[in-house]
Amino acid sequence: MSTRQLLFSGFGGQGILFAGKFIAYKGLTDEKQVSWLPSYGPEMRGGTASCSVIVSDEPVGSPIVSTPDVLIAMNLPSLDKYENAVAKGGIIIMDSSLIERKVMRDDVTVYAVPATQLASDNGMPTLANMILVGKLLKVLDDFSEESVTAGLKKVISAKRADMLDVNRKAMQIGADY
Amino acid sequence: MADKVLMKGNEAIAEAAIIAGCRHYFGYPITPQTEIAAYMAKRMPKIGGTFLQAESEIAAINMVYGVASTGLRVMTSSSSPGISLKGEGLSYLAGADLPSLVVNVQRGGPGLGGIQPSQSDYFQATRGGGHGDFRMIVLAPASVQEMAELTVRGFELADKYRMTAMILADGTMGQMMEPVALDFDVKPVPEKPWATTGTGMKRPHNIVNSLSLVPEELEQLNIARFERYKQIEETETLYEEYMMDDAEIAIAAFGIAARVAKNAIVEARKMGIKVGMIRPITLWPFPKAPFKKAAEHVKQFISVELSMGQMIEDVKLASECRVPVTLCNRVGGMIPSPEQVLESIKEAAKNGGNN
Repeated sequence: MSTRQLLFSGFGGQGILFAGKFIAYKGLTDEKQVSWLPSYGPEMRGGTASCSVIVSDEPVGSPIVSTPDVLIAMNLPSLDKYENAVAKGGIIIMDSSLIERKVMRDDVTVYAVPATQLASDNGMPTLANMILVGKLLKVLDDFSEESVTAGLKKVISAKRADMLDVNRKAMQIGADY
Repeated sequence: MADKVLMKGNEAIAEAAIIAGCRHYFGYPITPQTEIAAYMAKRMPKIGGTFLQAESEIAAINMVYGVASTGLRVMTSSSSPGISLKGEGLSYLAGADLPSLVVNVQRGGPGLGGIQPSQSDYFQATRGGGHGDFRMIVLAPASVQEMAELTVRGFELADKYRMTAMILADGTMGQMMEPVALDFDVKPVPEKPWATTGTGMKRPHNIVNSLSLVPEELEQLNIARFERYKQIEETETLYEEYMMDDAEIAIAAFGIAARVAKNAIVEARKMGIKVGMIRPITLWPFPKAPFKKAAEHVKQFISVELSMGQMIEDVKLASECRVPVTLCNRVGGMIPSPEQVLESIKEAAKNGGNN
């Protein structure tokens, strides 16, 4: 990997920014160069949220991801908006509990994970985002116990340390799906 | 090097200010810089400092004037429309020769405009920001690390030259997170014998004032101030050159525009186009020397800006219009894409002719 550009997108409240932050922190603990850029706007909960994350061996140039190698889409408007932006040969990971349609393109690899359903079945209804992140790391062959834990420790504040295990579990569910 | 942490640019400014010894922050919330105020609100009470959300931007800049008069390090921050409100205060700070740090995380204008990133306050920042003959030192960070470093540098320069230093960032720089190391050396704060700290019955009163009704005296004050500005122009310019050694086309860009341009330069180089970049880090004083030098060997400059073309005037002045200068821009909160910059480079290569 020299440079990987990821775009996380969904509803506000789904943990889009947190998922992106985790990937950025994991990159940092893996001694990569990283940037994280949220969309910001007059949105409120339920509006759209997205963030650009770049993980690279080189210093990051523009932090804006316009042609993602990886798209994490957590709702239909996100897939509608960004499907065609994904780089040829790129990856789309989507929450198939909330996105009923198929991806139209045939030049990208698609992983449809019913993340919201899995999260609810496993008693962790707010962690669909981390289930998709688990799948992402598995797909990128980057799922290791140590680096996942190291990244989580950075992104979860000490006050919320009790959330560490359930996040790890959510990612395992995604990785195993 | 210390452990790197991920921080938003806005947070990095706030923490760096605290490291630089700033214990007094006055502000009023406005997107996209509100994280600075939020960070200060959280931290200042814990370290014996003052965070005060003023009733307006105008009040905040005048509180800055008050603390600066006592010689303490003090700052305020805002975004474009809020900076306009501070204009009067900026002029008074200049007239009273007071050091301060002011942060502008720019958004699209004019007027209330939008909340997305912009660089269209370049004229306002580099030409003074208020009425009267004055300058501010204007620092333009292009990474979260620089947001922190230039904040410390800004305080140091402000104290050294008794004037306002402005961090001119934009919404992207404020909102993005990057790893940052906060282990910088901070120079000791210089003596400020002019500060109003109480005479202790041992010295005459110090008076901090921007009113001067005797024209002969006011003229001398202006001339003396410009002597200082001249010294700053000679010694304090900062810039970065990127792939300029053999460049036939030179991009001029600062802040987020420079980050985008770098991607385009890498792509253009792959196509064999000899393009480089001069990135001003101080916008005032503008780094004239590298542009003058580059004008001897480049065929064209391209000014990449998030404005209708403001820095381009300084590029033309610095290069003495010896080669064409074109503009590659987006405005209103839009950001040029690397592809757009690459197109401008290709166009320049076609016209200027290295292929």
